[in-house]
Amino acid sequence: MKKRVVALLTAAVMALSMAACDSGAAGSTTGGSTGGSTGGSETSAPAASGELIKVGIINNDPNESGYRTANDKDLQNMFTTANGYDAKFAYSLKNDEQIQAAQGFITDEVDYLLLSAADTAGWDGVLKDAQAAGVKVILFDRTIDADPSLYEASIVSDMAKEGQTAVDWLAGQGLSEYNVIHIQGVMGSAAQQGRSGALDAKVAAESNWTIVQQQTAEWNAEKAQQIVQSVIDSNTPFNVIYAENDDMAKGAVAALDSAGISHGVGKDVIVMGFDCNKWALEELLNQNWNYDGQCNPFQASYIDNIIKTLESGGTLDQKTIIMDEKGFDAATITQEDVDNYGI
Amino acid sequence: MKIDIKKLLSNQLLIPITALVILCLVNLVNDASFFTIKLAPNNEGYNVFSGPLITILDYGSELAILAIGMTLVTAASGGQDISVGATIAIAGSAMLRVLCGGVSKPEALAAPIIVGFLVACIVGMLCGVFNGLLVSIFRIQPMIATLILFTAGRSIAAWINNNELPIVPDPKFKYFGGFIPGIPIPTTTFIAIACIVVAALLLKFTNLGLYTQAVGINESSSRLNGINPTFIKFLSFVILGLCVAVAALIKVSRLATINYSVIAKDIEMDAILAVALGGNALSGGKFNMWGSILGAYIIQFLTTTLYKFQVDAAALPAYKAVVVIILVVFSSPVVREKLSALSSKKKAAAKGVA
Repeated sequence: MKKRVVALLTAAVMALSMAACDSGAAGSTTGGSTGGSTGGSETSAPAASGELIKVGIINNDPNESGYRTANDKDLQNMFTTANGYDAKFAYSLKNDEQIQAAQGFITDEVDYLLLSAADTAGWDGVLKDAQAAGVKVILFDRTIDADPSLYEASIVSDMAKEGQTAVDWLAGQGLSEYNVIHIQGVMGSAAQQGRSGALDAKVAAESNWTIVQQQTAEWNAEKAQQIVQSVIDSNTPFNVIYAENDDMAKGAVAALDSAGISHGVGKDVIVMGFDCNKWALEELLNQNWNYDGQCNPFQASYIDNIIKTLESGGTLDQKTIIMDEKGFDAATITQEDVDNYGI
Repeated sequence: MKIDIKKLLSNQLLIPITALVILCLVNLVNDASFFTIKLAPNNEGYNVFSGPLITILDYGSELAILAIGMTLVTAASGGQDISVGATIAIAGSAMLRVLCGGVSKPEALAAPIIVGFLVACIVGMLCGVFNGLLVSIFRIQPMIATLILFTAGRSIAAWINNNELPIVPDPKFKYFGGFIPGIPIPTTTFIAIACIVVAALLLKFTNLGLYTQAVGINESSSRLNGINPTFIKFLSFVILGLCVAVAALIKVSRLATINYSVIAKDIEMDAILAVALGGNALSGGKFNMWGSILGAYIIQFLTTTLYKFQVDAAALPAYKAVVVIILVVFSSPVVREKLSALSSKKKAAAKGVA
């Protein structure tokens, strides 16, 4: 029996590692071959010598989420030979594979190492190697637990600010009272903490803000549907749904629909979501939802700016750059916004 | 009136029914409006029933359907399938691939809904075939065998649709997880009833139930009696695969889209729990299908009750765990024996006094 179990586990591990190899190989072959033309467009490149800047980009698996897919696409579009870059990509959701890829890039003598780390810990060693080899490190999307002297800059989202923007927008709606159904993401995740924090603070501070129901739906549309259904069943009045991502807002709206409660601009219930999925922004455009907060996956232009500044000998004003993140209001959103910001 | 307490205490359905009664009482004391059902128009203008009880019937359906298959797997193989959630993602993804033709926002359906559903059934059963082969032919422990799809299933589901999240354009597709216009009862209830009836007929008019129990109780003696244990085990996994496909239809239909990483998350655990709550031994052998189905609705009852009580989000799993521990401990054979021993002692004492 034991033997059998061991054999199977071995097989499972092998299958898994094979899958991992697959994604790794796919990643490393994507290279910087997309550009093609190395001619005139290079004038826009900051490198005075006209040589391509070699960058190694380590990212999480683009299939992880819509956010990551958009993030990867943005990077792929920015770091092309046409823009003066020779970019190599590596993808993994595992820290050790990412570290291996980083070592590979250092050996390849890249000029810049761009990193969205799978885990916050374990990066000191490889970053010291990078420093010794003269490779400049820029973190994007996620920070790591390492000495700040080991990297040049980090470009991150501020989830608390996202929440604050949303809550400020809601406060600006001027309702006489706010009875909020608060649907939370997976408890303890950065997005949940940031987006919950702002609302909790507001509810504690204002007397006409009440939380009717606060519950985690773990990013799951269907659980959100059930939670809202339970509030409807208990006949408790509410006029705001604050869902911490688009999926959960969608689930909540399904419950509203089956109960015959109107939602959207000028209707009974205000619906708020986050992440700016394209379909969600379309719901805004159709006036079915009221607000969607952005979690900006487009870091490439920020990174480009930093590299240009560094290449021209400048210094950076700040080490941590927090990206602009918009909040979209159904009253003012345009088709253009949907096309530009939808992920 | 003479009630045989011992017989009553040893009845398998005692624990689930007691649990149900307690849950009902708690809700009755807390807020009797829990049991009201009202008829009101939805946003499409059709009258539909709503209320906590309807919610339980509605959302308990998938679990009840899965519990049917899980009971058979448990009884025949003495183990559980933990890949149910992941295979729902696979079957659902395959269905959407067929319906939307691999486009994330199609204008019209690429294939009739029935074709999509049939494909989902085939895919679900193929997953069952895979698990079943590993368990029956290669004699791998069910939990280990199904660990493969448990781990890889959601990635496979994402791969089937090229990691797009297709949205089904036809409003008819939403009927399966919602309401058919003009019918005020959730469609899921009818689907669940249909599955339960089919299962009941299968158990009544075929030898499936008997053979499954025989294989679960003693494999070699059932072989000596001319039953093919390999086939029975294999069959139970394929049947579960079919249940998975039906559950996938409901799940995907509820929102007319899919999210590979969260759809039917952890539902396998609830399905296994339903089997245990029904008083069935997780080590296989004798089973009571009604117990499992009842168990499924009790789990949903519990979830709805906890939402109703507005339990703090962070504490919700803890509350659920406490209730589950109590239920499972009480339904364990050891406690049952103690209980029935206690009652017979009492009886003896009563007799002695008389």
